Amino acid sequence: MSSGPGTAEAHWHVERRAILVNALGVGLATGAYGVSFGAISVTGGLTVLQTQLLSVLMFTGGSQFAFVGVLAAGGGAVSAVATSVLLGFRNAFYGLTMAPILRVTGLQRAVAAQITIDESTAMAVGRSVEHDDGHAARLAFWSTGLSVFVLWNLATLAGALGASALGDPRVWGLDAAIPAGFIALVWPRLRDRRSWAIGLSAAVVALALTPLLRPGVPVLLTSVVAVVAGVLAVRRRAEAA
Amino acid sequence: MSTTWWALSVAILGCYAAKIAGQSVPQRFLTTPIVHEVSDALPIALLMALVAVQTFAVGQLLVIDARLAGLAAAVVALMLRAPFLVVVVVAAAVAGGMRALGWAT
Repeated sequence: MSSGPGTAEAHWHVERRAILVNALGVGLATGAYGVSFGAISVTGGLTVLQTQLLSVLMFTGGSQFAFVGVLAAGGGAVSAVATSVLLGFRNAFYGLTMAPILRVTGLQRAVAAQITIDESTAMAVGRSVEHDDGHAARLAFWSTGLSVFVLWNLATLAGALGASALGDPRVWGLDAAIPAGFIALVWPRLRDRRSWAIGLSAAVVALALTPLLRPGVPVLLTSVVAVVAGVLAVRRRAEAA
Repeated sequence: MSTTWWALSVAILGCYAAKIAGQSVPQRFLTTPIVHEVSDALPIALLMALVAVQTFAVGQLLVIDARLAGLAAAVVALMLRAPFLVVVVVAAAVAGGMRALGWAT
């Protein structure tokens, strides 16, 4: 049972191949979101150029969907900005997780930050960093991030151009595609009773405030639900300890 | 520059600021339990609020129309573990179909 340099090299060869295949697979799957984002954004009133700039420069799906969703619903610019930035806040935590593994500075860090999203972080933290000094985790991060970036942007363009050719969005039910997109985005996070309670409370609060406030503001105010949930969780843990 | 362009630019900068902050700030700033819990709950609250509003609201009015049937179809598709694109297409097809048949507005 010797594990000479040859064995280690062969093992790395297999692992590297698996990481790259996974990265491509995640990129292709994310492309499906990209097509719907492009289509929803253009039917929501943004131009193809604005839609594409969101995918290149914002490059974080939930925030992009929220930005065009709030504007399409007649919400103000401030609500659209605030909702999308609040949703993008989680990427700061992904960055926090990735920084000690990536160990990059300068321009490399600037690029790494841009591709620090759900998918690249998930694929990287799925790799153990103990026995290879984070080599596999870094490859998973960069390959997944770049694969998603390229395919997300190509898919956005296809969706945006396709939707501009369709005409009235209501005839095709494309207005129903927007809530469907949001429920599909949140679905993996609704994993227990607590997350369902947070989600349903937020839905009720948003609907109750809709007749009273400008479109976009009710959604934004449900961030209070998240703050209350966070405070309760911390207090409960303190009591249990 | 139009309002949409301003909003677009500020939102892009804000989202990038969050990304670069995570890579750059000392760990202790973001690792208090309360910040961690809130940031866990935030996407759930905002996305579910968006689901509700995009399904029922027309401006400041609440209505029931073909979008609700579309959402129901999306939930069924998700329970059957359908991929994202299928979920969205099924919802649009059901809502569009109900309108074409005159069963819903």
